[in-house]
Amino acid sequence: MTDTQSGLLSSQHDWSSAAARKRVKRRYAADRRLQFYGIGAIALSILLLGVLFSSLMFTGYVAFYTTKVALEVPFAADQFDKDKLGDANYRGIAKTAFLTYFPEVTSRAEQRNLVKIMSSGAPYIIRDFVVANPDRIGSTVTIQVPVSDPFDQLYKGVIPRYIDALGQDRIALFEKLQRRNVIKIEGGKAFAATDIFVNPAEIPDGDITKADLHGMVREGFAAYYPKQTSRAYQEILAEDASTQVLRAKIEAEPGIVGKTVTLMLPLAPAYDELARTGASKIVNPRFGDKAEFVWFDKLISAGAISTPFTWELFTNADSRYPELAGLAGALSGSFFALLVCFLLSFPIGIATAVYLEEFAPKNKWTDLVEVNINNLAAVPSVVFGLLGLALFINTFGLPRSAPLVGGMVLALMTLPTIIVATRAALKGVPPSIREAALGVGASKHQVMLHHVIPLSLPGILTGTIIGLAQALGETAPLLLIGMNAFIPSIENMGLTQPAMALPTQIFSWADSPERGFVSRTSAAIMVLLGFLVIMNILAVYLRRKFERKW
Amino acid sequence: MVVYLFLLLLAIASSGFLLGRFKARAAGVGQDVKMHSLDGYHGWFVAAWAGIPAVLLTLLWLLFQGPVIDWLLVGSLPANKVQAIDGGKLQLLVSQIKSVAAGNIFSQPEPFVVEAAERYNRWKDIASWSLFAVATVLALVGLLVARSRISPRFRARNGVETIMSGLMIACSVIAILTTLGIVVSLLYETLRFFDRVSVVEFFTGLNWEPQIPIREGQVTAGGAFGALPVFWGTMMIALIAMLVATPIGLFAAVYLTEYASARLRDVVKPLLEILAGIPTVVYGFFAVLTVAPAMRTFGEAIGLNIAPNSALAAGAVMGIMLIPFISSLSDDAINAVPQSLRDGSYGLGATKGETITKVLLPAALPGIMGGILLAVSRAIGETMIVVMAAGIIAALTLNPFEPVTTVTVQIVTLLIGDSEFDNPKTLAAFALGLVLFLATLVLNVIALRIVQKYREQYD
Amino acid sequence: MEHQVVEGSKPVTVPALDPTITARGVNVFYGDKQAIFDVDVDVPRNAITSFIGPSGCGKSTFLRCINRMNDTIPICTVTGDIRIDGEDIYDPRLDVVELRARVGMVFQKPNPFPKSIYENIAYGPRIHGLTRSKKELDELVEKCLEKAGLLKEVKDRMNEPGTGLSGGQQQRLCIARAIATRPEVILMDEPCSALDPIATAKVEELMEELKENYTIIIVTHSMQQAARVSQRTAFFHLGKLVENGDTRQIFTNPSDKRTQDYITGRFG
Ligand SMILES: Nc1ncnc2c1ncn2[C@@H]1O[C@H](COP(=O)(O)OP(=O)(O)OP(=O)(O)O)[C@@H](O)[C@H]1O
Ligand SMILES: [Mg+2]
Repeated sequence: MTDTQSGLLSSQHDWSSAAARKRVKRRYAADRRLQFYGIGAIALSILLLGVLFSSLMFTGYVAFYTTKVALEVPFAADQFDKDKLGDANYRGIAKTAFLTYFPEVTSRAEQRNLVKIMSSGAPYIIRDFVVANPDRIGSTVTIQVPVSDPFDQLYKGVIPRYIDALGQDRIALFEKLQRRNVIKIEGGKAFAATDIFVNPAEIPDGDITKADLHGMVREGFAAYYPKQTSRAYQEILAEDASTQVLRAKIEAEPGIVGKTVTLMLPLAPAYDELARTGASKIVNPRFGDKAEFVWFDKLISAGAISTPFTWELFTNADSRYPELAGLAGALSGSFFALLVCFLLSFPIGIATAVYLEEFAPKNKWTDLVEVNINNLAAVPSVVFGLLGLALFINTFGLPRSAPLVGGMVLALMTLPTIIVATRAALKGVPPSIREAALGVGASKHQVMLHHVIPLSLPGILTGTIIGLAQALGETAPLLLIGMNAFIPSIENMGLTQPAMALPTQIFSWADSPERGFVSRTSAAIMVLLGFLVIMNILAVYLRRKFERKW
Repeated sequence: MVVYLFLLLLAIASSGFLLGRFKARAAGVGQDVKMHSLDGYHGWFVAAWAGIPAVLLTLLWLLFQGPVIDWLLVGSLPANKVQAIDGGKLQLLVSQIKSVAAGNIFSQPEPFVVEAAERYNRWKDIASWSLFAVATVLALVGLLVARSRISPRFRARNGVETIMSGLMIACSVIAILTTLGIVVSLLYETLRFFDRVSVVEFFTGLNWEPQIPIREGQVTAGGAFGALPVFWGTMMIALIAMLVATPIGLFAAVYLTEYASARLRDVVKPLLEILAGIPTVVYGFFAVLTVAPAMRTFGEAIGLNIAPNSALAAGAVMGIMLIPFISSLSDDAINAVPQSLRDGSYGLGATKGETITKVLLPAALPGIMGGILLAVSRAIGETMIVVMAAGIIAALTLNPFEPVTTVTVQIVTLLIGDSEFDNPKTLAAFALGLVLFLATLVLNVIALRIVQKYREQYD
Repeated sequence: MEHQVVEGSKPVTVPALDPTITARGVNVFYGDKQAIFDVDVDVPRNAITSFIGPSGCGKSTFLRCINRMNDTIPICTVTGDIRIDGEDIYDPRLDVVELRARVGMVFQKPNPFPKSIYENIAYGPRIHGLTRSKKELDELVEKCLEKAGLLKEVKDRMNEPGTGLSGGQQQRLCIARAIATRPEVILMDEPCSALDPIATAKVEELMEELKENYTIIIVTHSMQQAARVSQRTAFFHLGKLVENGDTRQIFTNPSDKRTQDYITGRFG
C-alpha cells in the first residue's frame, strides 16, 4: 500500500464547504426539475383530456334539446282518404297551420320565405301522426314540429343574427378610403365617390350593352389602391349596382364618353354597414334577411316556441336536415355489426386460446400461430378494411355496406384481444384444480369444459367486453366496406341491408356543412362514449366481482 | 332461404342428439353392460355428425356459388357481345344483368341481357334448391351413420372430444388465414396495379394525382401515381405526433413510477387509460372542432398562416392519442428494472433524479425504444384522425403549417364510394395498403424483438 | 456397487401377500433427466403402503405413474410395466379416464373445486355415469361424506362452497370425492402435510377405516405416520427403490444401510 493511495482514501471530503453545499443544492435542483417536468406532462395530459371533453360537452349539449314550434293543425275530414292516409297534402296542411301565426303575410313570395322557418320535415311529422292516430281526424290537434336548422341554432344561441363580415385587414383597407374622405352617406346608404374614365375604346360601336362597364368601374376604383397586390379591395364596391349607376349615367349623358366623371358608387352590404355604423355587422348569411328575424320573434312572443328533449336523436334515422337527423339507424347498424362480431370472435377466440394454452404441442406450427396473433393485434385497422373489401365483398360477393361484413371484419380485429385475455384467464386457474378433476377421472376436455373455462369466464368476458368496446369505436374498416351509407329510414334494418354504424355516422356528420351537425356530431360522440363507459364499467365490475384469490 | 336451411340443419342436429341419447339409453338398459360413455355423449356425437359436415358444406357452397354462377353467366353470353368489350365493361354488363334479374329495369335492356337475366335467375334457383337438397341429405346420412355406431362399447366421448379438438384447431387456423388473406389480397390487387402503373413511378414519382377520368370526356388530370409525397406526409405527421407524445408520455411515466404516491397513481393511470380508450374518430373531430381553429387563431395572432388542415394540427392530436400508449409502455419498461439497480444507485448517495436519468432510463432504454417503435407503427397506421384533420392533396413540403396527406388518407379517399376494381385509382389504394402493412409489420417485429430481449434480460 | 445392493435387497421385497399393483422395471424421465430408475414394487390389496424417502427422490413421480397423472406433463415419459390386477395400465387401448376413476388420488394440498360441497362429490359419479337417478346420487354423496367422517360437520351446508371448509375438512372432502367414483386404489401424496395434528389424526383414522375396502398408497415424510398407519413401507432414494417390506420390519430391522440412516434421521 503506497502513501498516495492511503492519502486518497483517508483525506476527508469536506461536505460542509461552500462548494460542496452548492453542488448538493444544484443536484437537488436537477431532481426537482425532473419532477416538475413529470408533473407538467401529467397535468398537460389531463388538461388535454379535459379540453377534449369540455369542448364536446360545450358544443354537444344543445343537440339534446330541439327548438320546436307548436302548430294548431285542424284535421278536416275531407282532406283525407281513409284508405290512403299517407297520401294527403301534408305539405299544404303544415304550411296552412304555420301561416295562421302570420295572417298579415299575404304575398306568396314572402310566405315561401316564411315557411322556411319551419323544418322541411314538418309535413312528415304530421303525416306520421295522422297515420298513427286516424281517430283524431275531425279534431284540431297541437303538434310540435322542429324549426329549421338556422333558427334552431339561433334560438339556442349557437349562431348570431348578425356577424362581423370583415376581418381587420379588410377594415384597414376601407379605413383608407374613409381617411381620404371618399365615403359619403346619403339617404341612409353609403357611397364611394370614384373618378371613372369612360373609355370609348371599351365601348364597341358606341353600343353600351356591349361595353365592358365592369372593367371601367374596377379600373377607376383601383386608383385608390395603386400599390395593392391583393385584389381584396375589389370586394368593397357593390360591383353590379355600381355598373348600373355608370350605365345610367352614360345613357343619361352620352356626351361623357371619353371623359372622366365622378360617380357615387354604392358599397357592398358589409362595407355599407361599416361606413354607416362603424361596424361591419351584416345579417348572418345562413338567414335570408332581417324580415325572418321579425317573424321568428313574433313566434317567440306568441309562446309558440318550446325546447323539449330531443328524443328524435335516438328514434330518427339519418337525415340531410340536422334538426331531424337521429342515431337510430347508426345504433341498429352498430348493434348488428357487434352482434356478428361477438358471435364470431367469442367462440373462435376461446377455442383458439384453449387450444394454444391447454392442448397444443409446443412446435413450429403453434409458434407460427402465436407470432401471427401477436402481429395481427398490431396491423392497422384500415388494412382490415382492405381485406374485407377485397375478400368478403369483391371475392365472396357478400353485400356492400352490410353489418354482416362489418361484423366479420371487426371480429377479425377483436380476435387477438379475446385470445390474449382468455389465455391470461386460463393461466390464472391453478393447476391443483386441473389435477383434482383429472384425479377423479375427468378427461382433459371435461376438465376444460367443467372446471377451467367456467372459472376463467369472468376474465374471458372482461377481455371480450373490452374487445367489443374497441370494435364499437372502430371507424376506418367500416368506411372501406361502405358502412357509411346514407339511410334515411329505419325500416328494413338487418344483417345484410346497407347500414351505418355509430362511428361512421359521427364521421359523416362531422363532414356535413350545416351548422346543426356540429352539435349533432358532438352529441353522437357523447352517446358513443356513453356506451364505451358502460361497457368498461361492466368489464371492471365483472373483474372486481368475480376476481378470485387462489 | 339460407336462414331456413340453417334452421332445418339445426333441427336435424337436435333430433340427432335426442335420437342418439335415446338409443344409447336403450342399449345400456337392455343388455346389462356398462356403457363406455354417458348417454349425452352419444347424443352429441350423432348431433355433430349430422350438423357439422352439412353446415361446412353450406358455407363453402355459399362462398363459391356467386363466383361460379358469374363465371357461367359470362361464359354463356353471346361471343360477339363479350369479345368487343374489356374487363371493366364486362363487370358493368354483369351487374346490369343482375339488376335486371332482380327486377330493376330502368331503360329497355338489350334482348340478350334479358335472356341472360332469366338464365341467371334460373341458375340461382337451381343452385339454392340443390344446396338445400344436398345439405339435408348429408345431414341425414351423417345422422344415420353416426347413430348406427352406438353400442355400449362405443367410445362416444372420445369421438366427441376428437371433434372438439378438430374444431379448436380449425379456429386457431383462422389467425393464420387472416394474415394470409391480408397478404394475398393486398398482393393480388397490388400486382394488378403495377400492371398499369410502373413500380418505379410509384416509389420515386413526385406527383400524386390519382383522380383519373371515370367517364370519357371528363376533365381531370390524367392520373399520376408517384407516391413519394404521400409517404413524406405520412412520415411528417408521424414525426410531429412522436415529438408531442414521446416527451409527455415519458415524463409522465417517470413521474408515475418513481415520484408519485400510490394514491396519485390510482387516479392518474385510469385517466390516461380513458385517453387511450377514446375512439380515434373522436380525436379526429376534436382536431377539426378545437385544435385546428385554435392553432389558426394563435397563428394569426403571431402572424403565421396556419392552414386549417395543417400537418401540425393532425400530428399534434395524433400525439395526444399516443401519450397513454408511450407512457404505459415506458411505465412497464421502467418498472421492469430490478430494484437492486435502484438500491445500488441510492446506496451511493444519488438523488432520485440522478438515479432515474443515469441508471433507470439507460437500463430501460431498450424497452422504451420498443415502445416508441410500436407507437410509430400506430402513428403511420392511424386513419381517422388524419382522414378528418389532414389534407387530401399530396404536397412535398417541410412546412408543418401546410397541409400534407398520408397513406391512410389516400386509401380511404380512393376507396370511399367506389367499388370498381378495375381502375388504377382503386388499385392504388391496395398498393398503398401493402406498403403500410409491410412497414408496420417490420416496425412491430423489430419492436417486439427488442421488448422481448429486454424482458428476458431481467427475468 | 449401489446397483448390486438394490439387486441384493430384492428377495426381501417380494411380498408374500396377494398383490393388486405390480410394477416392473419402471423408469421415468423428465425430458433428458431421469427421475425414477428401474423400480420394481408390489402393492398388496386392502392394505396401506407408505412410500418414504428424502425430498426429490421420486415418490410423487412414481405415485403419479400409477394413475398416469404423468401423462399430463408433456416432457414426462414412463417406461416399464405397471399392472393393476394383472391389467397393463399403459396399454394404449386402455382409457386413462377409466383408469383414474378406478385409481383415485388425494393431493398434498387440499384442492376442492370452487363449487358446493355436494357438487364436489357428485362430480365424479356424474361424469362416469355411476348413478341412474338424482336420489341415488344424493345417497352416494351422503355415503361418501359419512365414510370420510365429514357428514355430521357439513350436513346442513351441502350447498355451500367446498372452499369454505377448514383445511382438515377440505382434505377429508377430497378423500370423500376420491372414493365417490368407487375406486379400487387410492393414492395419497402427503395428504396430511398441510394439516394440524388433530386433523391429521382424523384423516389417519379415516384411512384405517378405508383400508378394509380399498388399496391405499400414501406418500409421507413423517416416519411416525408411516409406522402408525401402514402395513407395508417402501423406501426410495435418488429415484431408486432401496427397500420394500413389512413396515415393522423396515422400522425395526432395515436391511439396507441407507434406510437405517434415513429412519434414524441421519439424512433427508
Ligand atoms: N414436472 C417436472 N418437470 C421436471 N422435473 C420434475 C418434474 N416433477 C418432478 N421433477 C423432478 O423429478 C424428481 C423427483 O421429483 P418428485 O416430485 O417425484 O419428488 P418427491 O420425492 O415427491 O419429493 P417431495 O418429497 O419433495 O415431494 C425431482 O428431481 C424433481 O426435480
Ligand atoms: Mg412429492
